Parts: sequence; structure tokens; C-alpha cells
Amino acid sequence: MPSSLIAEGVSLSIRSRWLLREVSFSVEPGEVIALVGPNGAGKSTMLRALAGDLTLTNGRVVLDGRNIDQYPPRDLALKRAVLPQQTVLQFAFSVREVVEMGRGPRHIIDNDGVVDASLRRTDSYDIADRIYPSLSGGEQARVTLSRVLAQQTPILLLDEPTASLDLHHQQMVMEVARELAMAGASVVVILHDLNLAATYADRIGIMREGRLVTIGTPWETCTEALLTEVFECEIAVAQHPIRDCPLVIPMAKSADIRMDVERIAGAAGRNGAR
Amino acid sequence: MGGTATVVPRIPGAVLLPLLALLLIGATLAGIGIGAVRIAPEQTVAILLDHLGIKIDVAYTQQQDAIVWAIRFPRVILAILVGSALGVSGAVLQGMFRNPLADPGLIGVSSGAALGAVGSVALGFSFLGVATLPAFAFVGGVITSITVYLIARHDGRTEIVTLILTGIALNTVSGALTGLLTYVASDQQLRQVVFWSLGSLGTATWTTVGGAAPFIILGLLLIPRWGGSLNLFVLGEREARHLGVNTERVRIELIVVTALMTGAAVAVAGVVGFVGLIVPHLIRLIAGPNHRVLLPACALGGASLVLLADLAARTIASPAELPLGVITALLGGPFLIVLMLKTRQAQGGWA
Repeated sequence: MPSSLIAEGVSLSIRSRWLLREVSFSVEPGEVIALVGPNGAGKSTMLRALAGDLTLTNGRVVLDGRNIDQYPPRDLALKRAVLPQQTVLQFAFSVREVVEMGRGPRHIIDNDGVVDASLRRTDSYDIADRIYPSLSGGEQARVTLSRVLAQQTPILLLDEPTASLDLHHQQMVMEVARELAMAGASVVVILHDLNLAATYADRIGIMREGRLVTIGTPWETCTEALLTEVFECEIAVAQHPIRDCPLVIPMAKSADIRMDVERIAGAAGRNGAR
Repeated sequence: MGGTATVVPRIPGAVLLPLLALLLIGATLAGIGIGAVRIAPEQTVAILLDHLGIKIDVAYTQQQDAIVWAIRFPRVILAILVGSALGVSGAVLQGMFRNPLADPGLIGVSSGAALGAVGSVALGFSFLGVATLPAFAFVGGVITSITVYLIARHDGRTEIVTLILTGIALNTVSGALTGLLTYVASDQQLRQVVFWSLGSLGTATWTTVGGAAPFIILGLLLIPRWGGSLNLFVLGEREARHLGVNTERVRIELIVVTALMTGAAVAVAGVVGFVGLIVPHLIRLIAGPNHRVLLPACALGGASLVLLADLAARTIASPAELPLGVITALLGGPFLIVLMLKTRQAQGGWA
């Protein structure tokens, strides 16, 4: 069943530092929202607020009409799943056991095939019998995503799910997010790759210094002026050659690369004059 | 990292638990049968059944009956209680702290409980009757558990170095205070103090069994219900919460129950170290870290280990008796070193 999640003026102050300031937006069923922004912008903190982990200084997070801090953990676990940046295990649980944990504390036997299906969805089925701590960072990230999928919640909060993955698996993760959204789930995903965000997200929220600077479609949010200002580096935006979405191109600063850019630009100019 | 030696053959719980139960039965018969007066297994069985009102056709003397029923059987039962309490408490603490080195002895909970027990003896408290000493051991255990927890935990995680250093600090303080108490203690009390600091089952009677049994059995009955939650705790407290565990409540419940069990065990047997460290590690090696199997297996394994260690304690230097805590420490110290070397080889040491 689809769920609605609304942040209303979410603010968080810790030791008189504002980590989140007046963040408001709603997450609708069937959409993927990408949160982007520079390091320390408050993306992960915002995700934790949406997960119901934080005691807010001001504002509230409303899940299906009720304040999120009124849900007991067990009810909340049926509504939203959270993918952490990294999961370190000190004990030699197998991959399958880790994914089974997604079924909750009372789960004993996987008799509905959810665990198998979740493993398959992230290319992890073949490593199901291996020991989680012995896996590479990227494999661990995929297994953790399987664990989150096994929770089968209408809301998924993913903190940098693509960070340690190769291109193929980055794409796989975002495809999974899209499929979930098509099936009616709401997905909030923190990304650093603006092109992944522009390609796969319905809306992009750009955060900076604890504020939600803007939220909207990729075309609305990914403008050269805004991205250049928020990320404090020169960014060009072009039309994606294949898809109808922006193509974000960070410009180089080093003098030698810069010269290449100018030479090509100069060559283009000459061609134009001819 | 990935690639080699990652699929480990494991013995499933359905096989391991019956095997451990058989081991415990064997250890029980050995514990009752071996000693200054030898008693054959069938005689042991006959005597125990006789006390349950069942007569079988095996001959034994009145003296053998007295030795089994009044001396060895309560001692064996006490060993089983103490061993299962320590084994299970170790497994629970390690899961809760997400830390393979958490052991009631190593992190100072046992010495805190011993301090409580010694304090009640040395200061001559008796206002709770026979329950005074276990009560003080319990309170000592709870206070140190909470202290360790508050100091060593940071942001939902427990760094191994912090945990061990906290344990060292608490052991030092408890040891110093226990030492201080020995100054005000009488000779008679002093003997008891030494007894607690070395650990022994030498005073086992049906009365001591009766004092410890309710707490430990209650704990053993309750603990399995947290098996699933402990598995999720291993992912991290925040993750456990995301998966539906009421972490704040479960944490408090687990601290109280392990302190109850450890406190009761220390009250009757003194500080018997390393059981909570060795047993869960061995079981994890054999059967994996799943707490649903680990917890009952640690109860059975811990019981067998303490039973056999106690058998060694009273037979190696017979007729003299070695302190049980000395035996487990002699096993545990080298075990810890091997464990450390193995971990260093596998993952470059504990962070």
C-alpha cells in the first residue's frame, strides 16, 4: 500500500549549529526524489529525519497523516526501509542471513521467497552463501540493498546507494529504484552523481548548509547558475544526447586542461568562421 | 578481500544442539562419577532416579548415595548454572556491543559483581537474609554494566579499544576497592574474599544451588526471545531500529538480564573468567553467529566447559583443590592470544 511522507519545516539544531533549516517537501507514492548537494549540506541528516531517527528542534515529519515519532519501531519498520552508507559487521554472518535480517526480528524461515527475490534483484544471489565481512565494499553495498528490499516497505530511504559501485551496478541500483517507484513506492535517494540524479529522479532536491535550496524536475533544478553557485565550481549543463534530461558537465580548473578547453573552443570558433 | 575462504561449512543448530546436550550429559556423569570415591555412570543414574522415586536394579552403597546426592550433584548442578549463565551472558554482551571481545569478566561486570558480594561480606550486611549477598552481587553487576555501557558506547557504536580500556579501568577500581575491603575484613571474611576473587564451586550445597537457580533459570528462559533482535543489533543499533527493534527497551532489558545472571553466578562461584569469551567464539566458529542457535548452544557449551573445568580443578592436584577461576583463566588467556593472532591475520587486528 502506498504511503505519503511529508517534511514540514524540519529544523535541527545541535550545539547551536543548525544542521537542518526549515526543510519542507513531500514525497509522493510512485516518485523517486534525489537529494544532492555538497558535503555537509545536511542530506544524510535529512534522510535520518525522514526515517524518524531524530528528535527535531522544529517542524515535523508526517507519515500517513501521523507524526512519525508517534510510531512504535515495529510499525515504522513496515512503512519505511533505510539503506545506510555502510554496514560493518564484526561477526561472520552469511549474505543470506544478512538479507533475512530485513524481514525483521521475528522472522525465522523464508517461506515466501522474498529473500531469494531480493538477492536476485541486486545480482547477489550467487554470493548468498558467502560471508558478509569477507565481501568487497561494492558487494556489501549490494547485499545491504537486498536487505532493504527484503523489508518490502512502501517508502525507501537510500543514503548514497551507488557510492562504492561500478557503473553497471550503479545503473542497476537506480533501475531498481525506478521499478519500485513504478510499483507505487516512494524513494528518496542521496546521490553525488548529478547525471544519475538527472536521469533517474522525478524530482531533484538540492541542499546546501542545511537548507533545501530548491526541489523540482531535473530541468527545473539543474541550471548552470544554480549548480555553479551551490557546488562552488563551474558547471555546464547541456541537453542529454539521448534522453530528455539535462547533462551536467563539471568544468575543469587546472590550467593545462583549461588550455585544451580553450583550444577546442577556439577551433570550433574558426570552423564556424569558415 | 573477497574471493577466498569465504564460504564456511557450518554445523546446523539442529545437529549441534543435540550434540552439545549429549556432551553435557556425559560431562554431568563424569562430574558426578569421578573423584576420591569413584561412582560408575550406571550407579549415578540409579542414585539420581532413586531420589526421583524410581528404583532400578543397580547396586550402590549408602556412602555413594550420600556423596552423589549431598556433595557432587549440587556441585555439578551449580557448575551447569554458572557455566550456562556466563556463556549466554558473554554471547548477549558481544551481540549487543557488536563486539567479539565483550565478556562479563573482561569488561569488568564480573569484578563489579564480586565487589558487591565482597562488600556485603566485609561490611557484614545481612539485612536481606541469605539473599543479601546475591543481591549485592547483582547490584554490583548492574552498576558496572551500565557504567561500561555509558562510557564505551558512542553514537550507537562501541569501539573495541574503548570497551577494553573501560573494562581495565573498572577492573582496576573494583580490584582496588575489593583490596580496601580486605583491610577491614576479619580472617573469616578474608577467606571468603579470596574465594570470590579466584572463583570456586567448592561451597556448593543445595542451598547455594537454590540461591542462584531462580535468577539464572529465569534468565535462560527469557534470553532466547531476544535472539532475533540481537541478530539485528549486530548490524548496528540504528539499523536494528529501522528494522523494527525497540532498541532502547531491548538494551535495558538485556543489561538487566545479563547482570542478573552474571550476578547470581558470581554470588555462588566468584569470578570465573573467560567462559563468556571462549564459549561464544567456539560456537560461532562451528555454527556461525546466528543468535537463535548461538544462545542455546552457549548455554549448553558453557555448562559443559565449567563442569569439566571444575572436574579438573578438583582432580588435578587431588586431594587438594585448585580454584576454578584459575583453571578457566589458564584456558582463557592463551585462547585470547590465539584469537588475537587469528584476527590480526584475517583482518589486520581489531580497530
